Amino acid sequence: MKLNINGTAHDVDAPEDMPLLWVLRDRLGLTGTKFGCGVAQCGACTVHVDGQPKRSCVTPVKFVGNSKITTIEGLDSPQAKAIQDAWCDIDVPQCGFCQSGQVMTATSLLTEKSDPTDDDIDGALAGNICRCATYVRIRQAVHDAADKLAG
Amino acid sequence: MTTDTIDTGRREFLKHSALAGAGLVIGMTLPGRGRAQVPEADSGAAAFFRADATTADFSPNAFVRIAPDSTVTVLIKHIEFGQGPFTGLATLVAEELDADWGQMRARSAPADAELYKNLAFGVQGTGGSTAMANSYNQMRKAGAAARALLVRAAADAWEVPAGEITVSQGVIAHEGSGKTASFGEFAEAASEFEPPEDVTLKPADQFRLIGTDVPKLDTSIKSNGQAQFTLDVMRDDMLTVVVAHPPKFGATVAAVDDAAARKVPGVEDVQTIPSGVAVYARDTWAAMQGRKALKIDWDEAGAEMRSTEQITADFETLSEKVGNIATDRGDVAGAQPGLAKRLDAVYRFPYLAHAPMETLDCVIQAQGDSVEAWFGSQIQTLDQQAIGEVLGIEPGKVVIHTMYAGGSFGRRATQASHLAREAAEVAKVHGQSRPLKLVWSREDDIQGGWYRPLNVHRLSGGIDDDGNIVAWDQTIVGQSIMAGSAFAGQIKDGIDPTSVEGALNLPYRLPNLRVSLHSPESPVPVLWWRSVGHTHTAYSTETFLDELLEMAGKDPIDGRLELLDEHPRHAGVLREVAKLAEAAGPAPEGRARGVALHKSFSSYVAEIAEVSRGDEGPRVHRVWCAVDCGVAVNPNVIRAQMEGGIGYGLGAIMFDAITLEEGGRVRQSNFDGYRSLRIHEMPEVEVSIVKSAEDPTGVGEPGTPPIGPAVANAWRRLTGESVRDLPFVKPA
Repeated sequence: MKLNINGTAHDVDAPEDMPLLWVLRDRLGLTGTKFGCGVAQCGACTVHVDGQPKRSCVTPVKFVGNSKITTIEGLDSPQAKAIQDAWCDIDVPQCGFCQSGQVMTATSLLTEKSDPTDDDIDGALAGNICRCATYVRIRQAVHDAADKLAG
Repeated sequence: MTTDTIDTGRREFLKHSALAGAGLVIGMTLPGRGRAQVPEADSGAAAFFRADATTADFSPNAFVRIAPDSTVTVLIKHIEFGQGPFTGLATLVAEELDADWGQMRARSAPADAELYKNLAFGVQGTGGSTAMANSYNQMRKAGAAARALLVRAAADAWEVPAGEITVSQGVIAHEGSGKTASFGEFAEAASEFEPPEDVTLKPADQFRLIGTDVPKLDTSIKSNGQAQFTLDVMRDDMLTVVVAHPPKFGATVAAVDDAAARKVPGVEDVQTIPSGVAVYARDTWAAMQGRKALKIDWDEAGAEMRSTEQITADFETLSEKVGNIATDRGDVAGAQPGLAKRLDAVYRFPYLAHAPMETLDCVIQAQGDSVEAWFGSQIQTLDQQAIGEVLGIEPGKVVIHTMYAGGSFGRRATQASHLAREAAEVAKVHGQSRPLKLVWSREDDIQGGWYRPLNVHRLSGGIDDDGNIVAWDQTIVGQSIMAGSAFAGQIKDGIDPTSVEGALNLPYRLPNLRVSLHSPESPVPVLWWRSVGHTHTAYSTETFLDELLEMAGKDPIDGRLELLDEHPRHAGVLREVAKLAEAAGPAPEGRARGVALHKSFSSYVAEIAEVSRGDEGPRVHRVWCAVDCGVAVNPNVIRAQMEGGIGYGLGAIMFDAITLEEGGRVRQSNFDGYRSLRIHEMPEVEVSIVKSAEDPTGVGEPGTPPIGPAVANAWRRLTGESVRDLPFVKPA
């Protein structure tokens, strides 16, 4: 089947029910997207499908069709850059394993809403678990990124 | 200081084990010099300055590599899973080397106990919040030695006295002649000299990097998906392996029907190993589908069939009798008649899974008498031993590439090396030289055991007419973590120190104090969980104390301070946290504050939590935290560890319990049943680091113990309810 990933067409040989997560990781070597739970509970596998955050661990590859899929490797927008810069400025990550998913979701939030409140951030990111509990800094970094984009 | 012998923590008694001879105590032979052949000329100083950090390393300082391009790579002997040793240890080297932070790099050291042992353990490994404490002088000396050699090379080349040469922010300079050079320019020349035997370390007032928030070295690659974890290791021709583990602890495979599994497209092999049935497949999805198709009969003869409800009841019965005596100060029994008021309490702590974000995984490739493994090995020396034992290879020849790991919280510090052993079994029975990636699913993780032990504590105590606490009697019932493991030598007179740490060495002036321990056995495997014994002892002691103080009509802060006259560092963090909370003004209507103070791993932490009534129980709005961990090498990392330790501990006391059903099956299987704290449940956290000139101590674990009792004390003051049965929110 043909997939559009990070702006490139890929011809992939995989069973139709294989979750997008494993196609990305095991077939295409795009390992920035992580496996955390397999049941859409933790958000470590978050990618963008046509701009919307999706849990790739429960998304059978047959359902993505011609959609535009963006992974952490293909993030390329002013919002994404602002988020990643803000992450670096205050050293958000600890172990780092969930952070691809956090960055993907935070980027979506900032793209939808340029000046999110604490409640907006909590609402958008409640599906992304961080076992290191870097939440205080995630919240701060999203605000910092919004401020920077606003100039 | 008083007789605070055990509270210096695992660090201290593991040090004793090292002194006693690691071979004897942990029942293993240290790996020999099984390293690759290295030319004679590469010994000594040359090893410092090779750009290629992958070739074998020789003593005395195998930690620093300076490349011709002036990048300085520090080989880090401690695993990086978020607590910051890559940055922290590189900071120590950079400080004494007078390097510029921008030229510093870090990478995992190879598995080699002789060169890279934890000086607190005697073997290579990370734990007990010892990374900074045991490395502080060693890494500074490594940096200072490298600096001395660069200076000597410059002095020779410039024909000036070494004493006139300065080094600052990566630049070697001689003022008189106006000459300057980078490190890279003298790296090769410096490698000709023998390293100095003695170096002088900087006095603290000359530190330029220590004590500052240098940016972490691994942040960027952990924000863009490039950091390589074990799960990300892809090798040519690799198979992915998942293992069907027994549904009850202690059960074993009786019979397997793998016909359907073998028909799943992509499945290449199915094999029975001691820990279950392994499915080998072309990719992870196929392996998981194959595992689902297995039909396995389990032999449950040796299995734990009791429910956790039953285990808890059994432990409670045991707690009615005094156990093995861990400490007995004064005369607890004799103090009973003089009590004006008494308090009796039974605490119940559930099994807890660690649930690190990255589940257990390991890539292994065995060929003849060589084997390589890529994984988040936390006690490399034990893992080398286990892999070597299974495959019949000398442990020193077991090559381990320690990868970035997605959290641990104790989960990867497997005292029995069960993961390394399973990986080696998977490789052995497969019998081919293909690389194999063993992956545990989240269900394997939550249901796979190696939990924080279930504990029951019984406390009785009381106050006299003047409100003095005159009796404190605590009986602890919980499985031993060390029993039967490489650490069993630490158990003395029936006391596993990790079962009672934090309870027997209370800093408070308590004239009559007894702590005893029962360590019943169960097939449920247990393991250290972020702060180990302190996870339950801090909770029981700090809530019990708080109730006694309330009974005596005393303020929780002042009441504690009165009892801490011989413990200035405890008192210091308590005063500091009180100041922080006070500066925030009084608690708003409908909220209450609670305090807790606990020393663990030689660091002192006090926390105040502000809570209100939430939908499910306490809603924690704010937490103030004061920590004294000696010299604060990187204050930003310390604050991050306090924030994270608080969030991790809060999630557990609020939501988490592993429960066994009648018959012994684990009820929870994933994050739906075993909840993690989420962002909307995370309080604001304010951290203050108490200034100290003492050598640095741990920060990975000590932030965790006080949060539970601080929340419980706040909740009791708000509602009158003492919560002694954790978690606050019972699992569905």
